[in-house]
Amino acid sequence: MADPEYLYEPYRSTIRRAPRQPLILVPETLSERTGPVFGHDAVTESCSDLTRQHAGEPIGERIIVTGRVCDEDGRPVTSTLVEIWQTNAAGRYFHQKDRHHAPLDPNFTGAGRALTDSNGCYRFSTIKPGAYPWQNHENAWRPAHIHFSLFGATFGSRLITQMYFPGDPLLEFDPIFRSVREEPARQRLIAQFDLTATKPDWALGYRFDIVLGGTRATPFED
Amino acid sequence: MQATPSQTIGPFFHVCLPADETAGRLAGPGAEGEALTLICRVLDADGAPVDDAMIELWQADASGVYNHPDDPRYQDHDPAFPGFARAATDENGECTFQTVRPGAVTEDDGAVHAAHINASIFARGLLKRAVTRIYFEDDPANADDPVLACVPKQRRETLLARRDSAQPWIWRHEIHLSGERETVFFAI
Repeated sequence: MADPEYLYEPYRSTIRRAPRQPLILVPETLSERTGPVFGHDAVTESCSDLTRQHAGEPIGERIIVTGRVCDEDGRPVTSTLVEIWQTNAAGRYFHQKDRHHAPLDPNFTGAGRALTDSNGCYRFSTIKPGAYPWQNHENAWRPAHIHFSLFGATFGSRLITQMYFPGDPLLEFDPIFRSVREEPARQRLIAQFDLTATKPDWALGYRFDIVLGGTRATPFED
Repeated sequence: MQATPSQTIGPFFHVCLPADETAGRLAGPGAEGEALTLICRVLDADGAPVDDAMIELWQADASGVYNHPDDPRYQDHDPAFPGFARAATDENGECTFQTVRPGAVTEDDGAVHAAHINASIFARGLLKRAVTRIYFEDDPANADDPVLACVPKQRRETLLARRDSAQPWIWRHEIHLSGERETVFFAI
């Protein structure tokens, strides 16, 4: 299983919030084989370009983040909602509870939406997010990351995750990243620099492919 | 292919989620069935309210049909009932949904599931979503529900929403992420 366990004590917020009882395995029912089609009406062209949502241009390094969404059999997940949110270039969220002493950017909200195309691909233009300190432990810093939310085809395929950047020296100290215990699974959270995804004279490109689970391969037998 | 691992939603998701325009409403105007207000409250191991959670609900319509083409009775679904909503908890750990009481869901094989609402909880400190179901305390069909049957008897009551005695259209449901009254969560 690639997902982290609920309890990972180095990430302190799990201690009071992680369920401790074993999960109960239930027969797959219609409730999990179906799922919502949500948010399509709300997606417009400007939603996927986070650098053009205000009157002026945001400060920071423009980047393209693109990738393909597929299921565990490699089939593209088409026309599904992908939502992202992130800090600005200075490492500050456009959120009243973010108290990090770094400037807000009046030209950057840091929220985007897109639908995957017929090949399962999505594409955002944005600003490279900044690292920021948090209170988890002494001198704790979150590596730069972009939050991703995807629905997929069914209730079972719902995923919320975070994308990280290659070569970030903060990754090895970050308990949220490290809560994924298996190294190969952890690597799947790191985008790859992709020269073919760049926009020449404009923005560097990163590729972040996403595989949605939630389709049970075979019912297990005793 | 190997699935991409989950990570916490974190405390700042409100920048993007939930979409304001649909927050908390599962039923569109004119949806059939018994309208109800469901107030969910999320609590941590100490019983303290979780004020930065997001709850998503997914349910069948009043006649037990999901708004999804893989439901064999899809042609009978209520077009005024999308059946999905999400909302963020407030400082009391609460969020409110407007919906209708779902019907029992019948599987292809004839198995009947008592009326229930599927719920996902996301929060800072939850490295992956917690999946649960909300049943109705007064439903005699609960006794024969195949999913409740998988749950140890003494824990089943953690899945039951309670009707407000003063305002009978209001249902309340507490979700305890941990602690002595930990809600039953499912592996799906």
